[in-house]
Amino acid sequence: MIFDYNVIIDSLPLYFGGVLVTIKLLLISLALGLAMAIPLGLMRVSKAVWLNFPAWLYTYVIRGTPMLVQLFLIYYGLAQFESVRESALWPYLSNATFCACLAFAINTSAYTAEILAGSLKATPHGEIEAAKAMGMSRFKLYKRILLPSALRRALPQYSNEVIMMLHTTSLASIVTLIDITGAARTVSSQYYLPFEAFITAGVFYLCLTFILVRLFKRAELRWLAYMAPRKS
Amino acid sequence: MYKLEVQDLHKRYGSHEVLKGVSLAAKAGDVISIIGSSGSGKSTFLRCINMLEQPYGGKILLNNEELKLVPSKDGALKAADPKQLQRMRSRLAMVFQHFNLWSHMSALENVIEAPVHVLGMAKKEALEKAEHYLNKVGVAHRKDAYPAHMSGGEQQRVAIARALAMEPEVMLFDEPTSALDPELVGEVLKVMQDLAQEGRTMVVVTHEMGFAREVSNQLVFLHKGVVEERGDPREVLVNPQSERLQQFLSGSLK
Repeated sequence: MIFDYNVIIDSLPLYFGGVLVTIKLLLISLALGLAMAIPLGLMRVSKAVWLNFPAWLYTYVIRGTPMLVQLFLIYYGLAQFESVRESALWPYLSNATFCACLAFAINTSAYTAEILAGSLKATPHGEIEAAKAMGMSRFKLYKRILLPSALRRALPQYSNEVIMMLHTTSLASIVTLIDITGAARTVSSQYYLPFEAFITAGVFYLCLTFILVRLFKRAELRWLAYMAPRKS
Repeated sequence: MYKLEVQDLHKRYGSHEVLKGVSLAAKAGDVISIIGSSGSGKSTFLRCINMLEQPYGGKILLNNEELKLVPSKDGALKAADPKQLQRMRSRLAMVFQHFNLWSHMSALENVIEAPVHVLGMAKKEALEKAEHYLNKVGVAHRKDAYPAHMSGGEQQRVAIARALAMEPEVMLFDEPTSALDPELVGEVLKVMQDLAQEGRTMVVVTHEMGFAREVSNQLVFLHKGVVEERGDPREVLVNPQSERLQQFLSGSLK
């Protein structure tokens, strides 16, 4: 087998464009997803049923259905309804980037909410009592003690979620976007060289994963120092 | 005038009554030791004072201000006004058996947290106070360490500094030395003795008979949720009247 380097080198601009699209999709969906996950996670640990149940149902449905099905529903499914096509949201909902970001954000928010809820529940009870005994209000207790410590402890699990999301963004290529996988599909069909096209995509994903892992390692060193063994 | 007054406190878990009308009054500078075997209700009593446990009956007054209580659905009392409870709690600092330092904050951050975010103190002032109190309890050199990186004795002294930084009216100690290795008990007791000598008002649940005898000026012996005996510790411990206290004391050395 001969690996056709020339085709890949010629296609590099296409791949670099794809990297930018992948990063854009990842950052937007992570930012939106995290913003949604914090209130959802707080709802999931609430004792009030009317808060807890909707959040439970949301994470159950989203985590219980495949990402691709959710993406198809939003991008193709909604367009079936005339009322959607005539609504003010149609310019957004007919846009593939918007739909992909929306679907990814919804998906990651459900997983992140569960990670956060688990982390919140694992807060040592004594630390909560100490905060109450000092006269903190519920709001202060969440803002100053519960969330800062839960978000830190969620970091290792969240880094996994972020890497999963990076790989999930490859689904965007199915709804016409030219991300890394989209670039590979284009190259593959233009030159009938699927192996070269997709191995290159794989290398790009590996590099991005490596960068993400390094970033999270640094974040853990900084924010989770209190859980590390004592330095001698 | 009493700094802290607790009148006829009742508490039960389900049908099990753990406190059957316990009262206590502390004047400024009083150091009250509460002793009793496990299950006597002494920790529960202390935790009811700042409502970490919900009593079923009784009154709590701090500086003659009564904490307004209303019954909740299950019959236990809860604070009628959360703001009042928060204000009273901030003047009743508590030191716990298991320290309960906030693990994601350094010693210094632990100490400034409540002064800044509960009392609204300026951060600069809080930092100065924190350094002062950490110094006082002898752990200033560990101010940047996280709780998990400190010994139990150091952690408890940081917890005491955290309570002191609130400049509370009354300090509540819930078995502050029970989770410590024997050789670390002394350093914490020494700090508490210094605080008592400064004239701070303290209510201490303890198993340390030496501390109860030498440092406190009032002793309360709880047994099965009632005060069996109370009075001057030197008299009560040397010459116990009730059979229960005699039994309890014969079980502990000195």
